[in-house]
Amino acid sequence: MRIGLGLLVLGCMALVSLLIGVIDLTQTNRSDVWPLIRDSRFPRTVATLLTGAALAIAGQIMQTIARNRFVEPMTAGTGQGAALGILLSVALVPGAPLGLQMGLASATALCSSLGFFALIRRLPPTQPLLVPLVGLIYGGVIGAAVTYAAYQTDMLQFIEIWMNGEFSGTLRGRYELLWLAGLAALLSYLVADQFSILGLGEQVSLNLGLRYRQVVLLGLIMISIVSGLTVVTVGMIPFVGLVVPNLISRLAGDNLRRALPLTAIAGAGLVLAADILGRLVIYPFEMPVGTVIGIVGALMFLWLLYGSTRLAR
Amino acid sequence: MIDIDGVSYRIGGQQILRDVSLRIAPGGVVALIGPNGAGKSTLLSLIARLQALQSGRISVNGLPVGQVADDALARVLAILPQDLTVTSRLTVRDLVGFGRYPYHKGRPTAQDDALVADALRSFDLEDIAGRVLETLSGGQRQRAFVAMAYAQDTAYLLLDEPLNNLDIAASRALMTRLQMLAAEKGRTVIIVLHDINYAAAYADRIIALKEGQVIADGPPRQIITDGLLQDVFETGAKVFRVDDRPVVLV
Amino acid sequence: MHGRIAALGCILFAACAAYLSIGARGDWEFVLAFRAQKLGGLLLVAVAMSWATLIFQTITNNRILTPSIMGFDALYLLLLSAMVWGLGAQSYRALPAQGLMAANVVLLCGAALVLFGALLRSGRDDLMRMVLTGVVLSVLFRSITAYLQRMIDPNEYAVIQAASFARFSAVAVDLLLLSALLTLLACAAIWQIRHRLDVLALGPVLSTSLGEDPTRGQWRVLILVAILVSVSTALVGPVTFFGLLVTSLTYQVMNTPRHALLLPAAALMGGIILVGGQTVMERLLGLATPLSVVVEFLGGLVFLMLLLRRQR
Repeated sequence: MRIGLGLLVLGCMALVSLLIGVIDLTQTNRSDVWPLIRDSRFPRTVATLLTGAALAIAGQIMQTIARNRFVEPMTAGTGQGAALGILLSVALVPGAPLGLQMGLASATALCSSLGFFALIRRLPPTQPLLVPLVGLIYGGVIGAAVTYAAYQTDMLQFIEIWMNGEFSGTLRGRYELLWLAGLAALLSYLVADQFSILGLGEQVSLNLGLRYRQVVLLGLIMISIVSGLTVVTVGMIPFVGLVVPNLISRLAGDNLRRALPLTAIAGAGLVLAADILGRLVIYPFEMPVGTVIGIVGALMFLWLLYGSTRLAR
Repeated sequence: MIDIDGVSYRIGGQQILRDVSLRIAPGGVVALIGPNGAGKSTLLSLIARLQALQSGRISVNGLPVGQVADDALARVLAILPQDLTVTSRLTVRDLVGFGRYPYHKGRPTAQDDALVADALRSFDLEDIAGRVLETLSGGQRQRAFVAMAYAQDTAYLLLDEPLNNLDIAASRALMTRLQMLAAEKGRTVIIVLHDINYAAAYADRIIALKEGQVIADGPPRQIITDGLLQDVFETGAKVFRVDDRPVVLV
Repeated sequence: MHGRIAALGCILFAACAAYLSIGARGDWEFVLAFRAQKLGGLLLVAVAMSWATLIFQTITNNRILTPSIMGFDALYLLLLSAMVWGLGAQSYRALPAQGLMAANVVLLCGAALVLFGALLRSGRDDLMRMVLTGVVLSVLFRSITAYLQRMIDPNEYAVIQAASFARFSAVAVDLLLLSALLTLLACAAIWQIRHRLDVLALGPVLSTSLGEDPTRGQWRVLILVAILVSVSTALVGPVTFFGLLVTSLTYQVMNTPRHALLLPAAALMGGIILVGGQTVMERLLGLATPLSVVVEFLGGLVFLMLLLRRQR
């Protein structure tokens, strides 16, 4: 029921998104409308939906693995790690194909995630807010390293694009990798039950016969692939993976099999709404979606910190 | 003389103190006891101006709390915190030296130095005067803080559950010292205590609070009875007399 | 302790000499005058940020929180962008830079008292939540600033960069005079209350007991912090972890709780890091990367270490 409603709302928003752009559809010739939609509007809308859904799910998975409600890949160093990978691939292999960039980005994203989890292992469970704090600073440190490398290789312009996500450059032929992200997110849904058990902790998981380490690794790989793909294609979009799962969790609980589809829809909706807003607010210019969500997401994060009595798991 | 007149206090929606009126004459050790949430710590913090009064009046030696300048009160009242951790790396001598701050405001005179030396001597701190507080045991640290309050040369000394993190040896040592301060140096010690037996053993006067009101007020022999334990703490522990001192069998 | 301060002073002197002389080509007088201005700016930033961070840590009774981490400098830039957006780009360019800065300092003082005063009052018991709030507020302020700057000039990519990283190589020399005046006034006020700060560092209970009301002290300090952070941000931009780096090193070197010693040591330490670091990076290593990136990296690591070490 809720899923149906969500999909309906999403569909309407997608339609709106197809109609908005610099070029006024009502003014163009019949013959030019279809190519415009096929090459620019449709890829952009689909890219936005896929990115939102994948980021939200990746955030949910990360929160389950970390057993903390306030983490997500883009604010725990994974996003910056992916950016480092792209930088390395472009610097070492100029003219590298998109596939190589994505591969390296995912690999470095995985390394950053492993580093993050190694760090938070040593934190006491009595200080749940320490985890997102460490994540934010850890991400900042990696970000500084990325900036350093960008300066040295004279690629500062490029990293600006990766560090602040936007969909304005999404065209047919440039965004298809995101379908992979969608696929990764779908795969997580299929093993949702295993992730749910993971959220109960290592000892309970082992007790229930779950191959704990393998599932954790699977989850981290999935998060890294999503991060790598989104950063390569559209840049870093923060907070989606953090606030969306928290909101859905309040509405629908923590049973992942029930919550993940809603999380995906809500994530897609949030990013699409932000993109539409970004296209309208200084029309015909655009506000990058990363900036819009930076504001909305930060406000929602503060609301989660202060508005609730129940903090982290 | 500490005059507490019609003091009420709420936190959030809860009434913590209800129209409390007391007079604490100078001299002796006064213990505040009562169950959790009775308002003992709140009352102490109101006297010490750690929290602002909401209704009623408190005056210390004629100085109205909340209206008089802070440093005037600092020469009459000293409070010891419950939490003895200090961020900066202070030596024992540094800490005790701070006790003179209300008088020299950062520029100590020879007299101040002499008083600090006297405090260190009185509390057996001369050997460890140069050591950093963090390296001391709980009992030593507590002693250093009391020495600081002593150097502050105030008529009243307020302590909020100082025995919480001390073992039996350190607890007895501290209470003995406080008794000595009251008896020999004429200071008045007002102390919130959790353990009734320490109150019974060392206090000259016990004030029992329950749900924000004074239920009993008097010397330990008179106050610590089976009846009081039932009324105030709602527990059926028995009180025995050992060497003319009431002892609660916990 | 005084010997250590003297040693720091000598090192700073050497760093300044190196900054002025190394790699200078051409007309000596011109180069010297040019570099001296930038040096003056760097020293002002060093003093301002180090003192602001030190006194802020004193009143919050902890050593991991700094005004920059709480978002003071991000707020300064936000207010500046908001002013520009409100006034309109044309009128903005017509106003003198000094006037804008002065107006912004006043705005930041007000904002600091309201926002951070409330946060400090309510947050004393939960330090982690306060720090996390500060970090998120920084992100929020930077995002709103980026938003406003895009609204002002949708084409400019470069404006966003200015809001995210400090530039120690490009000091805003037209603001030097006003900055120097503000810094002098603020530092004099801080020096005057140095003994009070020692007492405030003992924590709210003890400082009340000794006759120093922590709340009143807090107001005063927040205003001074706001003024000093404004100066630093106006001159070189936001420097998130510089303050933390300086105070951490200062506490290590100076084993004393007295502000009369800590304050001068911190200023000298800050100067050494900035001037020495800038000389090394710009002139000796000839690196393209600005010093601010290295400071953010090192400072971030120090912050992480401090966070994790507390947990033992």
